[in-house]
Amino acid sequence: MRGTDSILLAFGAIRGHRLRSSLTILGMGIGVSAVVLLTSLGNAARSYVTGEFSELGANMVIVLPGRNETTGGIPPIMGETPRDLTLDDALALGRSPVIREVAPVMLGSVPVSARGLEREVTVIGTTSGMEIVRNLRMARGRFLAAGDPHLAAPECVLGETVRKELFGADHSLGEWLRIGDRRCRIIGVLAPSGVSLGSDLDDMVMLPVASAEILFNTSSLFRVLLQVDPNLRQEDAAREIRRIIMDRHEGEDDITIISQDSVLATFDRILLVLTLGIGAIAGISLAVAGILIMNIMLVSVTQRTAEIGLLRAIGAPAGDIRRLFLIEALLLSGLGTGFGLLAGILGAVLLHRLYPLLPLAIPAWSVAASAGTAMLAGLVFGALPAIRAARLNPVTALTGR
Amino acid sequence: MISLRGICRHYRLGEQQLAALTDIDLDIAQGEYLSIMGPSGSGKSTLLNQIALLDRPTAGTYLLNGRDVTSLPDDELARIRRENMGFVFQFFHLIPRLSAAENIEIPLLLAGIDPSLRKRKVTEAITAIGLAGRSAHRPDQLSGGERQRVAIARATIMQPSTLLADEPTGNLDQATGKQVIDLLEDLNRRGVTLIMVTHDQAIGGRAGRRIRIVDGRIIGAG
Ligand SMILES: Nc1ncnc2c1ncn2[C@@H]1O[C@H](COP(=O)(O)OP(=O)(O)OP(=O)(O)O)[C@@H](O)[C@H]1O
Ligand SMILES: [Mg+2]
Repeated sequence: MRGTDSILLAFGAIRGHRLRSSLTILGMGIGVSAVVLLTSLGNAARSYVTGEFSELGANMVIVLPGRNETTGGIPPIMGETPRDLTLDDALALGRSPVIREVAPVMLGSVPVSARGLEREVTVIGTTSGMEIVRNLRMARGRFLAAGDPHLAAPECVLGETVRKELFGADHSLGEWLRIGDRRCRIIGVLAPSGVSLGSDLDDMVMLPVASAEILFNTSSLFRVLLQVDPNLRQEDAAREIRRIIMDRHEGEDDITIISQDSVLATFDRILLVLTLGIGAIAGISLAVAGILIMNIMLVSVTQRTAEIGLLRAIGAPAGDIRRLFLIEALLLSGLGTGFGLLAGILGAVLLHRLYPLLPLAIPAWSVAASAGTAMLAGLVFGALPAIRAARLNPVTALTGR
Repeated sequence: MISLRGICRHYRLGEQQLAALTDIDLDIAQGEYLSIMGPSGSGKSTLLNQIALLDRPTAGTYLLNGRDVTSLPDDELARIRRENMGFVFQFFHLIPRLSAAENIEIPLLLAGIDPSLRKRKVTEAITAIGLAGRSAHRPDQLSGGERQRVAIARATIMQPSTLLADEPTGNLDQATGKQVIDLLEDLNRRGVTLIMVTHDQAIGGRAGRRIRIVDGRIIGAG
């Protein structure tokens, strides 16, 4: 029997039971579209999150004091007290040719007041490098000046939220602000930027790191933000940073380096696993649809016993019968896959229309995996009915005994 | 030339053995017209299935044109059936979702014959049974007699040397039955061996050779 004839004959059988076949195809279609839709949602979440991180500015590296494995290694049992990271460490990093820009960060929460209004505000001591490293934009005025970082200039820059709460609609630029026990002049206001990397840049005040040292009475930095040479691989940059700090810390490797790459990679991994998990759960519906196909095919074999008997009598080898029923099962799962993919893609497009923020892209692997699984389910679950059909004895099948 | 030697067919029913056929010796020459008659349950259909190579004997030998086909593999028997045997059944056994023409086409399909030749042969066959205008009709749109004629066209489309008919008129009224018999006898006149099981004395009597079966044994030949 020719392949095309087998397919046509099997297709005719499917068309012969319109309702039954379309329900089966619907079942398979729902499974396939669920896989496609859910994985593209997961993928969308993944690109959304990674997109947020890449907005931080490329080639950013964060240096933290203390060895703190984020990759899950066992921390040393004898807790070596880490050396502080100081402004001079930060400046030393800044002198390295692989580092474009450096922004030390000293952090604290201090009461801030102006015109009799007072409020507790997060205060960041930093340098002019911050503007470049964090890609900051000014709403008014200018950022901290690029002079000697050791000079405690009485200047500060406000976030939008702080400005609004202290000054409202009034003029703020050039006004004096009391920060703890220090006074400084407002030289700039940041453009609102919202929350990023877990900190709200709108709700803080920035001042020169030297001022912060006096204010907090410490020389230890919260962290150092670096912008590294974009032509350099981040692991090479990390090695160079480690070398510089070890030189200054008597050979002690006591810093933790977080690169945008590594954070992104971690998030990417987590979300990929999540997406795969969701996809696998949706994949269970494909197995269910496969069982549906098996059920339908078993019914079909029983109902068409006489037909099978006839075909065997007039000379169809058992293999032809087996092939016919397998093709029928595969056609059912194939049609289900086709409609499912179509529905899944349409659904994804629709979701994208409704929520344009979600960067919805259907991952090719999910299309391939769901189609593959569906066809495999058709093959596996179609095998038993097909074998059963081929095993029928022609005489008993014909007489319906 | 079909030769059965000592063919037995026993059915095992639990602990009991049922001898549906016992020691059948039968030679059928090419072009013969043979009727098989006998009471219900005597083994007529069982014998026809043996001749048709649809069923394997419990004992005995089957020679087809001198070749021992008793223990050939299933697929080989299927090929012999496809190429040498035509079947006509009491209940027609047409495939309900296929049109008359498509039903007739099935043996050609199984044989892997190419579509253009298939189409020509089917058109010829359907014209020969006088149903050219009904080729697109499904079996449920045809009368019993028309269905049986379609079945005969299907049985003969591969130009088999032997036609096997198990009560081909069993479901038809007398006039329609006569038409069907005429069609079969016409084929026989053109050299096809016709082997027919029937309950109808009048029809059975028309055969050139008649055998009678009782309790699984051939008891009379005429
Ligand atoms: N598959 C089977 N299993 C058990 N017994 C069977 C089977 N097929 C036939 N028989 C028995 O074999 C005997 C002969 O059956 P067969 O069908 O050949 O009779 P028949 O002569 O064709 O009868 P009828 O005229 O009613 O069609 C019967 O007793 C029947 O019950
Ligand atoms: Mg019978």
